[in-house]
Amino acid sequence: MKVQNATSYILLSDKLNSLIHSLQQAGYQVIGPVIVDQTIIYDHINSADDLPQGWTDEQDKGRYRLKRRQDSAYFGFNVGPNSWKKYLQLPRRQVWNAQKTADGIHIEPVNSAITPLAFLGIRSCELHAIAIQDRVFLSGEYHNEDYKQRRQSIFTVAVNCTQAAATCFCTSMNTGPAVSLPCDLEITEIINDNEHYFLLRCGSEKGELILQQLPVTPATSEHHQQQKAAISQAEEQMSAGPRMFDSSDLQALLYRNYESPLWSDIAERCLSCANCTLVCPTCFCSSVEDTTDLSGDHAERWEQWDSCFTADFSYIHGGSVRPDTRSRYRQWMTHKLATWHEQFNTSGCVGCGRCVAWCPVGIDITEEVIRFQKADSS
Amino acid sequence: MKTMPKLAVWKFTSCDGCQLSLLDCEDELLLLAGQIDIAYFMEASSRQVDGPYDLSIVEGSITTADEAERIQKIRQQSHTLITIGACASSGGIQALRNFADVTEFTSLVYAHPEYIATLKTSSAISDHIRVDFVLQGCPINKAQLLEVISAYLNQRKPQIPAHSVCMECKLKGNICVMVAHGTPCMGPVTHAGCGAICPSYNRGCYGCYGPKENPNTASLSHWWQTELGSDNATLLENFRNMNAAAPAFATQSLTFIEKNHEEK
Ligand code: SF4
Ligand code: SF4
Ligand code: SF4
Ligand code: SF4
Repeated sequence: MKVQNATSYILLSDKLNSLIHSLQQAGYQVIGPVIVDQTIIYDHINSADDLPQGWTDEQDKGRYRLKRRQDSAYFGFNVGPNSWKKYLQLPRRQVWNAQKTADGIHIEPVNSAITPLAFLGIRSCELHAIAIQDRVFLSGEYHNEDYKQRRQSIFTVAVNCTQAAATCFCTSMNTGPAVSLPCDLEITEIINDNEHYFLLRCGSEKGELILQQLPVTPATSEHHQQQKAAISQAEEQMSAGPRMFDSSDLQALLYRNYESPLWSDIAERCLSCANCTLVCPTCFCSSVEDTTDLSGDHAERWEQWDSCFTADFSYIHGGSVRPDTRSRYRQWMTHKLATWHEQFNTSGCVGCGRCVAWCPVGIDITEEVIRFQKADSS
Repeated sequence: MKTMPKLAVWKFTSCDGCQLSLLDCEDELLLLAGQIDIAYFMEASSRQVDGPYDLSIVEGSITTADEAERIQKIRQQSHTLITIGACASSGGIQALRNFADVTEFTSLVYAHPEYIATLKTSSAISDHIRVDFVLQGCPINKAQLLEVISAYLNQRKPQIPAHSVCMECKLKGNICVMVAHGTPCMGPVTHAGCGAICPSYNRGCYGCYGPKENPNTASLSHWWQTELGSDNATLLENFRNMNAAAPAFATQSLTFIEKNHEEK
């Protein structure tokens, strides 16, 4: 059917495969949520059967458990250990090869073939995270070519959150739970007593082309009301939870508290293991590693994710600038919530809660923020 | 033709596993033999060329007075000296004796304990001499050993990061077994290098590679106890194995012994 921008359409849940199929037909490899090792991660999917239908995640600080749902929702969970970052800023990639020959050293860049990917099920906080990485890698004087190529070729299917994990705090960071940045297609999953359907809306020409091929019908005002109610359910869960805080003054708060004894208290618990930075969808740090083979005739440069929690990360002539955990945690939190604003004109945190759940000793950035706020006002 | 640097491989108290990793570098061994003169490597060849040596690789810990003397001589003959494995870097599994009474168990184990000439402790090579590079692991990773040798041959920094096993886990895309399954894991305090083998198979890390830089063993232990329900014995077993005498692990394990005493 001929579809229009900004109008919503209904796709019945048993027709979800038509969306996946159309994306494949358009030349995309579809990446979506799948269950691996008792978690929901992002990986290749072939059909709706691969999705974690009827499963949800129960999250808390330092804890993640997969649980059965009472219903058969496809997207009835929140964010897991993976973020889309792994497809845009690869965890590890070769940058170049160098060969020593009689007439000098030849450096050959390594450009891997890029497959267009369709991301099925991006949450609003994740769209914000991608937008933040865009600023890091694509704005200003220096661009990351590899990121650029990958980023340009993706198709985005965003999903509105209709429930929040206990670790979510997008409302505090103003990034969700309703999709609030452009995407190619936006979907909302609705389940009630007698219906299970998706509301779809396209946000780009690419999205329109896909939507046109689907067996959809126009949405009614009742559908819209159900959508609104579903999203506000997620909002209410977060407002009632412990991770609500006022994020408007974080920059000044952290600068004022640069020498606070609270940093040492966190350092007693923090393992400086780097998990928080590696699961974070916005953390962009990487390091390059140059190696040679035994002969020294062949050299390679690899780029891989790095973290401000390692000693090597801040190593300069004479030693590491941040030798202890106190200074490393302070760097992480101050960068995320304060200096990021100066650097990129945005917060570095989107409130996805991954660092809270995936910290092996449950250090919770929201809890720490609230402790700083309390100590500061007393 | 340039003269090739001379390599010697030395064994102290150890199981030979780390030296075997060098022999295990089948594909690269010929290449290596073309870059370095393997002048002394008893595990591989009976050829013995006298020192001095450009590069010495030392496996094993110091457990006898004899060894304590021999390592001094090796240092004097070696321009660059690197140690490989948990035994050499922290005393190895045999350093469990450091926490017990050697006279007592030699008298129980041997018919003639008077023939046993051993020190009261098993100690790291770096407790005795200056070491230029320490490659941790039980056993070491052969790819890392080749990296260290390549770095030496090409006079560059070896790419052997001292960060946590968690970094390797996340780079591989592993799911964290602590968070997702409640399985105790030593990864957050353990030196990277193995490629996160155990978590890749859904098991907790055992700490074979010894402490990472800046390890927080107290906080990890506290979490195991309060959130994962680990008892003192489990904690003790994890901190007292191949790297029991590494200072960070030794200090931590002593706290469990003290607790056990208090509880009794
Ligand atoms: S800092 Fe934590 S909550 Fe914020 S975006 Fe990163 S992982 Fe998510
Ligand atoms: S918080 Fe640390 S790892 Fe993340 S972007 Fe900042 S410096 Fe990099
Ligand atoms: S805050 Fe947690 S995840 Fe981050 S480095 Fe510290 S212990 Fe690791
Ligand atoms: S499984 Fe172990 S090593 Fe891997 S991230 Fe979790 S705590 Fe770290």
